[in-house]
Amino acid sequence: MSTTTIERPAATATPVVREAIPTARLMGVELQKMFDTRAGFWLITGGAIASLVATIATILFDPHNAMDYGDFASAVGIPLTIVLPIMGILNVTSEWSQRTGLSTFTMVPHRGRVIVAKLVTTLFVGAVSIAFALVVGALGNLVGSAIAGISPRWDLGVGQMLLILLADGLGMLMGFTLGVLIRNSAGAIVGYFVYALVLPGIFGALAAYQDWFARLQGWIDFQFSSTRLYDAHLTGTDWAHLGVSGLIWLVIPLLVGLRLTMRSEVK
Amino acid sequence: MITIESLTKRYGTHLAVDDVTFTARTGRITGFLGPNGAGKSTSMRVMVGLTRPTSGTALIDGRRFADLPNPGLDVGVLLDASAQHAGRTGREVLSIAARTMGLPRGRVDEMLAAVGLTVDESERRVRNYSLGMRQRLGIAAALIGDPHVLILDEPANGLDPAGIRWMRDMLRGYADRGGTVLLSSHLLHEIEVVADDIVVIGNGRIVAQGTKEELLAAAGTLVRARDLPALATALTHAGIANNLGGDTLRTDASPETVGDVALRAGVALTELRAADGAGLEEMFLELTAASQRDGHASAEGQAA
Repeated sequence: MSTTTIERPAATATPVVREAIPTARLMGVELQKMFDTRAGFWLITGGAIASLVATIATILFDPHNAMDYGDFASAVGIPLTIVLPIMGILNVTSEWSQRTGLSTFTMVPHRGRVIVAKLVTTLFVGAVSIAFALVVGALGNLVGSAIAGISPRWDLGVGQMLLILLADGLGMLMGFTLGVLIRNSAGAIVGYFVYALVLPGIFGALAAYQDWFARLQGWIDFQFSSTRLYDAHLTGTDWAHLGVSGLIWLVIPLLVGLRLTMRSEVK
Repeated sequence: MITIESLTKRYGTHLAVDDVTFTARTGRITGFLGPNGAGKSTSMRVMVGLTRPTSGTALIDGRRFADLPNPGLDVGVLLDASAQHAGRTGREVLSIAARTMGLPRGRVDEMLAAVGLTVDESERRVRNYSLGMRQRLGIAAALIGDPHVLILDEPANGLDPAGIRWMRDMLRGYADRGGTVLLSSHLLHEIEVVADDIVVIGNGRIVAQGTKEELLAAAGTLVRARDLPALATALTHAGIANNLGGDTLRTDASPETVGDVALRAGVALTELRAADGAGLEEMFLELTAASQRDGHASAEGQAA
């Protein structure tokens, strides 16, 4: 039992002019919160380990004469397409599922500011992770080519890298959207896997048997139209597909979710 | 100072808080007493801006909580000690609070020492904390910004007797230095030993409020005697209203008056004393019983 007393005298009730909490500080706090939990730590560590494993696997199994940077970059990027959306989800849902929102939203009684800080840090972490993946891929390409005895082929242009960045960013936003919409960690993660793994199968089957759906798919299947970003040669129609399906799957749910987040009680 | 005015919160058809008005004064500990589900937690959530009131206002030093630029520096809040990320260490929890409020890092260690959490304990994850340790951590988080107002919901839950004593002394010192404390409890005794002012709430409504002395003084006198009915008759003859219940008699008259009447009536008293808080206790028991009749499960749900 401690005998220490609270030394500081309680301040008198005279009004003190205080500075509002700066937004940059909120972002710093949100960044800290993404990594200081066991879940956050293992997500990012697991993502990094998976990237290394993917690099080694590419060196081992890629036919040596066909090895190029694109192979490495996509292999390293695959674990991230799963890890990043989950980070986006947990960043939001833990405030509700772990009930930390009770203190977060009392220290900062403006949920909009907290959510924007979360969104910005989520995208920042996404961008840094993808940059990391591209660097690991580049190292893998150098090492792999040296082992194979070929000169490294750099077939991935800056434009393509930006498209990959956009695709992964959209995936992360999708996670974030499910987070604000469902506000429950388990529910949102299941929701994401349904979206990412189950729906494409259903839509794919539907498109294979129904012509009318095959024609429509680009407009209404966001997963389908955002996967086109990895193909590097997008037509104007592809971009229109991305915009329209993104409106349905990302923008509208995000707006609904944000509204719910502002009003929902943190129990 | 916390000023609550005509605060009402309705969930569908359920009135969780019904026209509540009270003030928690500077330099005093205000006890917010009521059975589980009476509306204490909901009122406190409205005070700190987590729940929108249906009508009415809750102001801290004349300002809405949400209008405080950096609330942690003015108001220390502990609503639920279990509401912490299980996968985060106690130290991290405090570090996040200190960082959000813009406090130096050293403040975290100061607060850990102040609430009696060791360095080793502070590096454990909250998942492995006992409820008592979580309460200490919660108190540390509430005090870290050196606020002058404290809002604590059931802070004594899960503390061992020494911990309760520690908390009581801490709050006393805090109020004596000019701080404002509002703490809730569903246990009369807990409030009675620490509070200066008491606000009693039941089914969302305030049923009694005042200084502790006022509420306890209202209780009158408690008497036991060999021939209680004879004493009751003598008191009635003397024009003193009384209430005969079982083997005790209660009246609003002072013990002195009751003693005089008994002497003149020739009734031997076996006990004569001021009914300390008995009135408060009875009222509180009635409230508790009433809310349990209403369905304990739903009452518990509201408290959460």
